Amino acid sequence: MGKILEINGPLVKLDLPQTVLGEQVRVGRMGLVGEVIGRDGDTALAQLYEDTAGLRPGEVAEGLGWPLSVELGPGLLGAIFDGVQRPLKAVWEQSGDRIARGVAVPSLPRDKAWHFVPDPRRPAGSVLAGGDVLGTVQETESILHRILTPPLIHGELLELAPEGDYTLDEAIGRVRLADGRIEKLHLFHRWPVRTPRPFRQRDHAVAPLITGQRILDTFYPLLKGGKAAIPGPFGAGKTMLQQQIARWCNAEIVIYVGCGERGNELTDVLEFMPELKDPHTGRPLMERTLLVANTSNMPVVAREASIYVGITLAEYFRDQGYDVVMVADSTSRWAEALREVAGRLGQMPVEEGYPAYLGSRLAAFYERAGRVETFAGDHGSVTLIGAVSPPGGDFSEPVTSHTKEIIQTFWALSKELADARHYPAVDWLESFSGYVKSAAKWWAQEVDPNWESARAEALDLLAASEELQRIVNLVGVEALSSEQRWTLEAAGLIKEGLLQQSATDEVDSFASPEKQYALLAALLDIYRHGMKLVKLGAPARRLIQLPLLAQARRWKSQHKSEDIAELKARIAAIPDSFDPLIQEYTASPSTLREATP
Amino acid sequence: MKNIEFRTATSAQGGLVVMAGVPGVAAGSRVQLRDHAGRIRSGLVIRSADDAVLVEVFEGTDALDLERTWVRFLDEPFRLPLSRDIMGRVFNGAGLPRDGRPPVISADRRDVNGEPLNPAARAYPREFIQTGISAIDGMNSLTRGQKLPIFSGGGLPHNRVAAQIVRQAKLLGEEAAEFVVVFAAFGASHSDARFFQESFEESGVLNKVVMFLNLADEPVIERLLTPRAALTAAEYLAFDLDHHVLVVMTDMTAYAEALREVAVLRGDVPARKGYPGYLYSDLAEIYERAGRIKNRRGSITMIPVLSMPSDDITHPIPDLTGYITEGQIVLGRELANQGVYPPVTVLPSLSRLMKDGVGKNFTREDHPHVASQLFASYAKALEVRGLAAIIGAEELSDADRRTLEFADAFERRFIGQGEDEDRSIHETLNLAWELLSMLPAESLIRVSEEELAKYHRGAA
Repeated sequence: MGKILEINGPLVKLDLPQTVLGEQVRVGRMGLVGEVIGRDGDTALAQLYEDTAGLRPGEVAEGLGWPLSVELGPGLLGAIFDGVQRPLKAVWEQSGDRIARGVAVPSLPRDKAWHFVPDPRRPAGSVLAGGDVLGTVQETESILHRILTPPLIHGELLELAPEGDYTLDEAIGRVRLADGRIEKLHLFHRWPVRTPRPFRQRDHAVAPLITGQRILDTFYPLLKGGKAAIPGPFGAGKTMLQQQIARWCNAEIVIYVGCGERGNELTDVLEFMPELKDPHTGRPLMERTLLVANTSNMPVVAREASIYVGITLAEYFRDQGYDVVMVADSTSRWAEALREVAGRLGQMPVEEGYPAYLGSRLAAFYERAGRVETFAGDHGSVTLIGAVSPPGGDFSEPVTSHTKEIIQTFWALSKELADARHYPAVDWLESFSGYVKSAAKWWAQEVDPNWESARAEALDLLAASEELQRIVNLVGVEALSSEQRWTLEAAGLIKEGLLQQSATDEVDSFASPEKQYALLAALLDIYRHGMKLVKLGAPARRLIQLPLLAQARRWKSQHKSEDIAELKARIAAIPDSFDPLIQEYTASPSTLREATP
Repeated sequence: MKNIEFRTATSAQGGLVVMAGVPGVAAGSRVQLRDHAGRIRSGLVIRSADDAVLVEVFEGTDALDLERTWVRFLDEPFRLPLSRDIMGRVFNGAGLPRDGRPPVISADRRDVNGEPLNPAARAYPREFIQTGISAIDGMNSLTRGQKLPIFSGGGLPHNRVAAQIVRQAKLLGEEAAEFVVVFAAFGASHSDARFFQESFEESGVLNKVVMFLNLADEPVIERLLTPRAALTAAEYLAFDLDHHVLVVMTDMTAYAEALREVAVLRGDVPARKGYPGYLYSDLAEIYERAGRIKNRRGSITMIPVLSMPSDDITHPIPDLTGYITEGQIVLGRELANQGVYPPVTVLPSLSRLMKDGVGKNFTREDHPHVASQLFASYAKALEVRGLAAIIGAEELSDADRRTLEFADAFERRFIGQGEDEDRSIHETLNLAWELLSMLPAESLIRVSEEELAKYHRGAA
């Protein structure tokens, strides 16, 4: 037992010999929990996860003997945890509307029994290693929870429980370790959040994460196991975009970490998700989702921890062979929490008050993403999507610039687009993806071999129109040639008919890869037809008046992903709209039609 | 310990006093200082160790004589006494009466810092509040339980806009305003405070208003307490007495500057523009107290007013606020100079909760699409206006000229309205269609074809 020496904001100086850095401590009469971040002789410096008001020097303090860990087992899905994995619904029942300090509620429910089916490959006497599957629990209708051997266990399985219902406190097996000690196995185990969970080896990421958002999937793809960042000033639609990804992406598990963000946003997710169906399995979305919430008004130290809690939960499902997406909103708040504690420790600030280790911490965090081969021989992945909230929308600030060096897919949000309510406000010039080559293989195989060239053509068109727009802004549209005006018009068609996507429109909210490609191909087709005509001498203003252009802008919300046959029929009819003009400008329209791809 | 007076101050500087030899003082507890002239000041323990206790003094440390200062540690946080009688009262920033009436006596005294609301206990705001202002109702709707700040600048009519909202706010289908108002002013001028007071008086709501005033010439440190005291009262009115509370706070910039002043004295590491790294968390503690709670009838809707230093929306205070609040109403100098009232610059304005509070079942089925179309058409029109400024309006095509006319009419008739003009949401939407009808139907792709057929008045 030790005692409190000094209280300074969330930092507490303790007289507590023989603690280990990172160890959990319980402090004061209220039993506030925190972790040791510094030692000096018999003095330990701890940061507390809860508000320290009311603590006094002289009150008791004790080391708990373990680092900040999470409980991993059945009961995780559909839950909402705070930054140190306290279950917020259970806390609500226990302490009311406001989070009282010092509440101790186990992360996973202890009274619930789960139906455990042992793995037939695990007879008594067999060798058991960390990560081996002991059996399964059907946690929700869509997710089979694989019960894993804790990663560091290696030994002889003495006994495994038969099929039946077990609570988390009941042992489901015993194992004799190499040193002869006998260890009990449970449906859950603990893992320290700041240590990445081990796996057999890293794999190449191969398949794109399909989010149903055209600007993301078609233009700046992300792979399952990849890392992406969404930077954007406030009001650019970061949260909306992340919620769209959480809703529609084809991952099996989605972990949403609200780190220092608005309370109402999490409420939105909590109220909204159970009503929505997973587009891939038809089950309620909440069955595959779990939330970690440390809202902006909750204590800052737990905010720093919340990111690690989230990623550890993600790794745990990865180790069961699932494709997991973790959305961290926002990494800037995490970095600020880091800065706040560093400031109180008197560490030398480098850029904008951030400590020197900001870059390395960020890099180490994003490194926990990836597609791996698990110890059980399965393949699982963690895809990491981090929101960044740059002050004043300035992408050169430390968190954005460090993140940009680490990630592979960069979905830059633009204030200008958002102001015109062009959503998702992903800037097509500033964004990038390092995964285009790998994604192209998948698209060629699954959707259309021309995906890569169509994507490139559309991006060229957008870039060209940006140049032209500059000219127009200087001298007006009349100064452009017909060819240039048509290019500008076609780029506008792509922006409005393809890139812009309404999250609230039932049909438009999600677009399957097939629909995405069909739309892209159709709009490019219109562009090429028009270009042919312009080259034949037709003035662009005649083309711009074609009703087809206004119609094509509505296709995205008129045709569901499930029945794109109708859409394809419309695409096939595109040449008809050009026919009258073609007849006017050429002697034999049929030859032109054949020449058009 | 509450009754012992210590005379062990070892140093005093810029609002902070260090006390020696006072063991076991609780962090965050309230302190009472009595100086040699007998004047009582109050303070807060911000750092506590057995050998030294650091105290922040709200009234400052001017004319403090270390040897003749007696300090009592009250052993509890700052608390506000609460009862039904607070309605109609005027308090100072620390919750003491400034209307000459006796203090509120109540056994119910609450810690002004509050406790964080469990996200699982929140109910999502969905009920549309009609403010009667088209630029807000039509394009940036307010919902009950939302926090929607007004970003403004020196000399702009933010106070008049806030007062108009307070006068006109109501739920659809209800006649009279049923909100009670908590008004907090920190760093505000006497004339601003009087303006609000008179406005409440004129509309006859004074007995439904609670005011917390810390004016520009009053102690700076007390400003840190003012919004917290006001929100503690608001929480009591909303969640204990089931009222719908509208909280108007002005000016958040003065609050943040007070925070910076104290942070510098404490020696905190500055982050941006000298503001401490915890400015975000601190602002969040205030703003996040707005909202609704499951199984409770009342709600807190918050309208903080914030003046952007040199009209810069990327300044840390509006910037961090925008990341916490659920949108912002931005007032612009350009419109104000053209005589448009309220000068709401709609493009950077936003209401994040609008999507869930408007449309079918809430306002009218075309509302979300009309709003989106107004944004798109007006953004396009501003581009054309920029072009016209360069090449001259004569060079524009007919279509572009119509767009320009739309922009002018939109600013004058849709954004602009009288200070006493209370437009219903139907009037606002019909007006929007009247203006959109100036544009060709085929250019309006954010609204559906059915809506065009029903509401568009031009030939297609």
